[in-house]
Amino acid sequence: MSKTVYTEDHEYISAQESAATIGISNYAQEQLGDIVYVELPQVGTSFKKGDEIAVVESVKAASEIYAPADFTVTEINSALEADPAQVNTDAMGAGWLMKGTLANPAQLDELMDETAYAAHIA
Amino acid sequence: MSDSDKAPIKTALFDLHVSQGGRMVDFAGYSLPVQFEGLMAEHQHTREVASLFDVSHMGQITVSGNDDLSTLSALETLFPANLKNLKPGGMRYTVLLNENGGIEDDLIVTRPAEGQAPNGTVFIVVNAARKDHDLAIMQAALGTQLDFKLHQEKSLLALQGPKAATVLANLCDAPHQLSFMQSMPANIAGMNVQISRCGYTGEDGFELSVANAEAAKLAQILYEDKMVKPAGLGARDSLRLEAGLCLYGHDMNDEIDPVSANILFAIGKQRRTDGGFVGDRAVLKSIERGAENLRVGMVFDSRMPVREGAQIVDDQGQQVGTITSGTFGPTFGGPIAMGYVPADMAAIDTPITALVRAKPVTGRVAPMPFVPQNYARKPGI
Repeated sequence: MSKTVYTEDHEYISAQESAATIGISNYAQEQLGDIVYVELPQVGTSFKKGDEIAVVESVKAASEIYAPADFTVTEINSALEADPAQVNTDAMGAGWLMKGTLANPAQLDELMDETAYAAHIA
Repeated sequence: MSDSDKAPIKTALFDLHVSQGGRMVDFAGYSLPVQFEGLMAEHQHTREVASLFDVSHMGQITVSGNDDLSTLSALETLFPANLKNLKPGGMRYTVLLNENGGIEDDLIVTRPAEGQAPNGTVFIVVNAARKDHDLAIMQAALGTQLDFKLHQEKSLLALQGPKAATVLANLCDAPHQLSFMQSMPANIAGMNVQISRCGYTGEDGFELSVANAEAAKLAQILYEDKMVKPAGLGARDSLRLEAGLCLYGHDMNDEIDPVSANILFAIGKQRRTDGGFVGDRAVLKSIERGAENLRVGMVFDSRMPVREGAQIVDDQGQQVGTITSGTFGPTFGGPIAMGYVPADMAAIDTPITALVRAKPVTGRVAPMPFVPQNYARKPGI
């Protein structure tokens, strides 16, 4: 069964064992406003937890997105190139940023579950 | 205590903004809404219908002198615009310069309509962050001849968009009397409102000056028309950038002269040769020799926004210029920017490379405005 956990910086990671999908939370997209551009990494790149992995840009500002865990990128959401607003309309679904293989799935235990994250943004 | 330690000033519309879901931010010492429903929606609504902006942070100054001609003549010794030929109710955009020709602020001078104010009265609107600074310069230069009063007791509302005139015409006659850059007093529901057909969005629109005590009531009356929606600072910035309008402190500052800033229209034609204003020697020299660097508009090949502070580089990667404003233009549908480049790179279609997060982004010099301006060249709706 997959589980979804969140960072304090509002990235989410949904993982089934070592296969993970990474994006920004619905709260994060609301805060950023209308997203006009998403810069994504190259497939095959490996990141350590806390590395900058993407940049999400609204009309107003550019926001860096950080790796929630150590992982290697296996796929990026190329649909966002033409339609970055999908991050606004469906942050947790169609607006995912990238997929990857986790180096150490146990790292997810350090992140917040739904309940803890809801309290974090309250 | 520094400015940043002070609690931001709440405008007369603060409670209304909060009740409308405005996301309040500290801007130039004021608490103002950056957005309501969303920047993009507010931007498009302004382009297509009409939005109301709270611009009460702007500095509203009344100048008093003996008579109109002597007041305007005295102001001409400071400002480079031709002011003596302003007709009653006329408005003119100009700048306040220092001795080096650097821009201390940009502003609008209004001659009151016939009979509305004592002879010798002129209105000036300046940028929020510069009002005390400007007032000090004006008083030091002209304080013996003229009296300057900054109005803390007045609010300023901007109704902007193609339907602004229709909305306002239901409340007063001003849209039928005024064309772009004209001003008159009006009575709306018993309130005295100074109405000026101008704005900062590139659209037709009006700025309404009203007493703080009546500002919320005026806003509520405007919102009774369902075409009018609130808009915040975010949309104001993307709208003005698409319209090719400069933002003080970003696209110009006290080290940039009006020739470099490409705003020669702020200087009266005859005055470009005659001078007679503060900074004239430097500006006349700059007009004669041409500026070393020029403010230009730029567009880019990808969708990636190129923002303020980004370097413009040459083929060798050496910095040759800087972006001073940049965003994704919601109506334009792509990234747009303004910045300074060497004069030999200022021609339309000159290739530009900017660095965003250390990566080169290609584009070219483009004409401004990025979105056509839609001003009312004659009175009416």
